[in-house]
Amino acid sequence: MSSGGGIPAHNSPGAADTPLLQVRGLCKHFPIMSKGFFRKQVGVVKAVDQVSFDLRRGETLGLVGESGSGKTTCARTILRALKPTGGEVIFNDGTTSVDLARVPDREFKPLRTKMQMIFQDPFSSLNPRMTVGQIVSEPLVIHGMSKGRDMEDRVVEILQKVGLKPEHRQRYPHAFSGGQRQRIGIARALIMRPSLVVADEAVSALDVSVQAQVINLLSDLQDEFKLTYIFVAHDLSVVRHICDRVAVMYAGKIVEIAPTAELFENPLHPYTRALLSAVPNIDPDVKMRFEVGGEVADAGRLPPGCSFHPRCPKRFDPCDKVEPQLRAIGDGGCRVSCHLYRE
Amino acid sequence: MNQSLPPALQIRDLRTHFFTEEGCIPAVDGVTVSLPRGKVLAIVGESGCGKSVTSYSILRLIRKPGEIVGGQILFQPKDGSPPIDIASLTEDDDLLFKVRGGYISMIFQEPMSALSPVHTVGNQICEAILFHQDVTEAEARRRAVEMLGKVGIPGAERRIDQYPHELSGGMRQRVVIAMALVCRPEILIADEPTTALDVTIQAQILKLIKDLQAELGTSVVFITHDLGVVAQIADEVAVMYLGKVVERGTVREVLKDPKHPYTASLLKSLPGMGRHGERLPAIKGSVPSLAAIPQGCPFHPRCPEYLAGTCDTGGPPAMRSLSGGREVACVRVQAEVLEKGGRP
Repeated sequence: MSSGGGIPAHNSPGAADTPLLQVRGLCKHFPIMSKGFFRKQVGVVKAVDQVSFDLRRGETLGLVGESGSGKTTCARTILRALKPTGGEVIFNDGTTSVDLARVPDREFKPLRTKMQMIFQDPFSSLNPRMTVGQIVSEPLVIHGMSKGRDMEDRVVEILQKVGLKPEHRQRYPHAFSGGQRQRIGIARALIMRPSLVVADEAVSALDVSVQAQVINLLSDLQDEFKLTYIFVAHDLSVVRHICDRVAVMYAGKIVEIAPTAELFENPLHPYTRALLSAVPNIDPDVKMRFEVGGEVADAGRLPPGCSFHPRCPKRFDPCDKVEPQLRAIGDGGCRVSCHLYRE
Repeated sequence: MNQSLPPALQIRDLRTHFFTEEGCIPAVDGVTVSLPRGKVLAIVGESGCGKSVTSYSILRLIRKPGEIVGGQILFQPKDGSPPIDIASLTEDDDLLFKVRGGYISMIFQEPMSALSPVHTVGNQICEAILFHQDVTEAEARRRAVEMLGKVGIPGAERRIDQYPHELSGGMRQRVVIAMALVCRPEILIADEPTTALDVTIQAQILKLIKDLQAELGTSVVFITHDLGVVAQIADEVAVMYLGKVVERGTVREVLKDPKHPYTASLLKSLPGMGRHGERLPAIKGSVPSLAAIPQGCPFHPRCPEYLAGTCDTGGPPAMRSLSGGREVACVRVQAEVLEKGGRP
């Protein structure tokens, strides 16, 4: 299996500078079936296509893009909530080094304790018939990691860490506000002491005043538990605030990946520029100058060449014929896939 | 700009309460705002502040157990006929039918649930035209196609016979906008019209609303929780908290120089203002339930500048005018103005 994206993956376990996660040429393709009795495959939706990046220990990587860009599918495929159809995901937490894409299902369960997810909607991600104590302790029960008094203690400890009270254990989710529910979801994810946390739009459904609290909480917990985050979000101002690096996705591919400050101050890909220019500025005197029309490309019927070319204000000769590859620009860790930046 | 024109809409001391098993929920409690003709008034606030209930009240879309228990909603038609108090119309008044969808129309947050899944887009737009205007079906269809073109739907002739599920989210919202504007309403109420959309589509829709507003001279009430959207679209802004307006003024004044501690804290708690990684100055606590509104100033338990003995007693602070037509409901701000010799 060749590793995509042009960066070699190194496999030595234990080395302190080994990335926590090395994603190479990750693909998640869904078949499109014909209607009728003989369901033949008539096409393929490339929801995630040839995605490669490294995730360093303790960093926060933002995954941004419009709906349908594949950011959530990408995150879920990494965690094996969806089975990848290609590529490799080398997970190395210092003790083990495994390719998550190829571990057999029955061997995967112990690995799940090391990676957890926080979901977007604090209303539908908590079972309304379970008490907060049951919800938060469920992962421990499932993995048989703790029981009885010890489990109670761990639940109380994590609830306090996320800003809830021990007596909340007996209550049901409906008794809590949106922000508090999100704290419950965070407690459930962190009680396993994971090394990797995927936050899928974790603060998008919250009100502004509560959103700021949860963002602060996430960064406090990151420092305390040495967490590594993949932060999937469409809100670029949140991403700018908490991420160390940002990967911009379009139609299943990463089109640009760069350190946060670099990406926001000097966006290279025309799509990144379009995305940034669409964020309404809080200053009424800074008018939006958004010029890109159209909508996200349909991942089942991608245009030839660069997927963004039909919407791109800078398209030129090769854009509708040759597919650009992600390549490094400068030595600041920026990579972009656009014909504008060829050597 | 014509200052002498009376406002298109004046809401005075509006009270919309919900009588539930837990008691009376004052979702909107004494809201006074006015919408100057041809301008965009943004009503902004967090969930539960009453911004949507205010907008629903304007069209009398409040259902049991909710009820408008007081106040006036004065609509001034462009033709100079006497103002209509929408709050006092009876449910079966012909005037109310003329107001809804005719004089005033509305676009909603979720375009999929605002459209009927079993009728074509064209049917739904023509329905509005045929209901409010005396035209033939062919003429109605022609107007519908024209309007779809105006809201930027390519191939309107073909799209008009499609069903909502065949359109993308952004296209659906354009259809909803076309439906709302096809009868040339004097006022458009937009209730979080871009919240469910991607930023790129949001930018397109905001531009569309602004362009159409300028072209058709519509006055707009824009409900949102996003202060960035407010900055980009509004002329005037009213900030609501727990059923009350706490601050009001032009968008520039309110966003650049917020006077109410709530507005100021909200603006400060926004991420991404170039302070990467720092702690956000979050507002403590969460919005209290409307069934248990705190004594005194409703914001005092969360207020960073709260004065014990002043802010937590008595009724909520009254709206006081500052210079330039601004109004703020905060005891502290009133005190400052008095010290500086301003008018209370």
